[in-house]
Amino acid sequence: MIYREAGQFKTSYAADQAIFPILQDRIAVAIMMVVALVVIPMFGSDYFLEIIMINVLFFSLAAIGLNLLTGYTGQISLGTGGFMAVGAVSSYKMAILFPDLNIILIFLLSGLFAAAVGILFGLPSLRIKGFYLAVATLAAQFFLDWLFLRVDWFTNASTAIEGVPRSLFGVTITGPAATPVAKYYVALGFVLVFALIAKNLVRSQVGRAWMAIRDMDIAAEIIGIRPLRTKLLAFAISSFYCGIAGSLMLFLFYDSAEPDLFDINLSFKVLFMIIIGGLGSILGSFLGAAFIVTIPVILTNAPDLLGLPISSELAKHLEFMIFGALIIFFLIVEPHGLARLWQIAKEKLRQWPFPY
Amino acid sequence: MTFKRSALGLIAAAAIVAPTIGAAQAAQDGIYIPLLTYRTGPFADSGTPIANGLNDYFQLLNTRDGGINGVKLIVEECETGYKTDVGVECYERTKTKGAVVYNPYSTGITNAIIPKTPDDKIPVLSMGYGLTPAADGRVFPWVFNMPTTYWSQASVFVKYVAQQEGGFDKLKGKKIGLIHLDHPYGKEPIPTLQKLAGMYGFEFVTYPVPPKTMQDQRSTWEKIDDDAPDWLFMWGWGAMNPTAIKGAIDVDYPMDHFIGVWWSGNESDVRDSGKKAEGYLAGEFHGVGDDWPLFDEIRKYVIGKSPSQTPESMLGETLYNRGIMNAVIVAEAIRTAMGKFGNKVINGEEMRWGLENINLTAARLKELGLEGFTIPIRVSCEDHEGNHPVYLKRWDGSKWVKHSDWISPMRNVVRPLIEAEAKKLAEERHLPIRECK
Repeated sequence: MIYREAGQFKTSYAADQAIFPILQDRIAVAIMMVVALVVIPMFGSDYFLEIIMINVLFFSLAAIGLNLLTGYTGQISLGTGGFMAVGAVSSYKMAILFPDLNIILIFLLSGLFAAAVGILFGLPSLRIKGFYLAVATLAAQFFLDWLFLRVDWFTNASTAIEGVPRSLFGVTITGPAATPVAKYYVALGFVLVFALIAKNLVRSQVGRAWMAIRDMDIAAEIIGIRPLRTKLLAFAISSFYCGIAGSLMLFLFYDSAEPDLFDINLSFKVLFMIIIGGLGSILGSFLGAAFIVTIPVILTNAPDLLGLPISSELAKHLEFMIFGALIIFFLIVEPHGLARLWQIAKEKLRQWPFPY
Repeated sequence: MTFKRSALGLIAAAAIVAPTIGAAQAAQDGIYIPLLTYRTGPFADSGTPIANGLNDYFQLLNTRDGGINGVKLIVEECETGYKTDVGVECYERTKTKGAVVYNPYSTGITNAIIPKTPDDKIPVLSMGYGLTPAADGRVFPWVFNMPTTYWSQASVFVKYVAQQEGGFDKLKGKKIGLIHLDHPYGKEPIPTLQKLAGMYGFEFVTYPVPPKTMQDQRSTWEKIDDDAPDWLFMWGWGAMNPTAIKGAIDVDYPMDHFIGVWWSGNESDVRDSGKKAEGYLAGEFHGVGDDWPLFDEIRKYVIGKSPSQTPESMLGETLYNRGIMNAVIVAEAIRTAMGKFGNKVINGEEMRWGLENINLTAARLKELGLEGFTIPIRVSCEDHEGNHPVYLKRWDGSKWVKHSDWISPMRNVVRPLIEAEAKKLAEERHLPIRECK
């Protein structure tokens, strides 16, 4: 009843091709923007901003990155953690070596470094596919892990790389002294801009080429899509996103991190995000990141909030069990991810409350 | 379908309620001490006795004395599973409740929370681990790594070797190896040992063990067998330790020339090898066994009484005793702070003052029922390590025994390294350097 597009006529191509062609969607997005830009920073506690929102944001960015590669181009990658490490290490190095360089520029450049490394490790994708490619990208993960642990130059021979304090327009936005609100806005800014770019990329010629490769690479080649360029572009852009996400993770969340935080587990975490959220969906990247980040936090806090007198150890074990059960539950309900669940809900909403 | 729908509805409801999480409940009726524990995960074997030791001592103070000077201690565990991101979550969750000190027991978590503490005004006590240059209290006023650091300990090992060889001049031409976890923690002693190698003319060789293959060290031990270093030090953790000790037994490396860091000297590391590991040495800064009056008190007041989870057999284990020693330092720092600020619920800043001005004398240790359990501990504004001596303990086939005397570290070598590294970090992180009068 409420969610019906009947009567909304498109009179121009631009209106027809809008990201949100339906008025109700636009209203919902506008409300979400207000919530994200005003309500959350105003009313969210520091804990909520730091532990939930900032985490969801940089993981969303990484998940979008991986989704472009795995969901849209069909190239399975287990190197996400490594590419995030490239971003984190390169932004740390640049922040130390060039103290006057703008921090936003540093983040963008760190994405470029990650993109370059991504292209390098994407080269095998031209010859191998599927699980074999996953193993090749696993090599990227292990090599980068090893490199940053072993070569002291990358970490300045200290045990941890740091999120160097920097400010923008006189406000400290990175490092421990930055307020959670400032950090949140930085993360939000990056995610909004790059989510918009990603959304438009996948609706453009580039995105269609990616999907053609994903669906059948030989057919794609026959109709004139160059696999070399298309696949490497996917690797480059995907790694660019992951690199920036890694920088944000270091500069806005950890402040100081051992390089081995960016290990294979991180790669898996991001991969699970897109599997649960929905492969080949930008919205799914957000939903998956939100699911994987927030559910454990909610479960950790649940005994306290409900006043259950159980030991922290038992609570942790329960958390693992419930989280695991939820993942299985959602995958059974909808193997195509949370994004697909939303799509079904939308179709049902159209007819609500008079389904036929 | 109804089940599916109601379950989805529940989850949606949970997602809506979630933002209310994190509302701070300040602990006004007692001193709030959060413990970041790891009773789960791959290092649970080590994390459990540490957590029990800390918990039991605070529980003893609460039940026997009614807290410290009449102020109750509120101890809350936050389970990290040794994961850094979960540790940060625990830190953010507990800091608003009035936390006075953090004891992270993980290099990763220590590193991640050190930059956050000056703004939150809560001190970190990383007792003998964590960030070594934090011993420079001018750069890291909020971090304490008393009684000693990895670098100091490395110098103690070299000093011990010199004693055994008959003087520092006899070190010339000797070969000293280091088998270490190939990880920032494992590489900690390398700069110190390199410097000492240059000073005394011994050859220094490293044998890195990658964390991913730490349970298969055959190739490493074959290499050690070929090189035959005169002495071998070990910086290991978790499953690396017992594997390395078995490796040493396999190649017949002389156990009394094999010295582990204080994280490589747990019962679980040598118990499996039993008699064969006899003679293996490890650094230590607190007592072994449970031969102190305090342990009788713990048996009487704490064991078997909730929330203590300690089985009686755990008393006197290395890591349990380390938890006790950690708790003693925390409690004495609180007492010190109360001496200046009054017997009330102190805050993080007052706790920091207490830690910096701690004076744990031999007489005080005796009062606590821990005579000779550890050395008297004092630190200063500029030195948060305190340059305390370390001793070596020996595995006699069934238990640890005290082996050497307390050996002082080579401060003239270690301190300049610490200051130089601290200065470098201060520049990188734009940290203010505090004047110490």
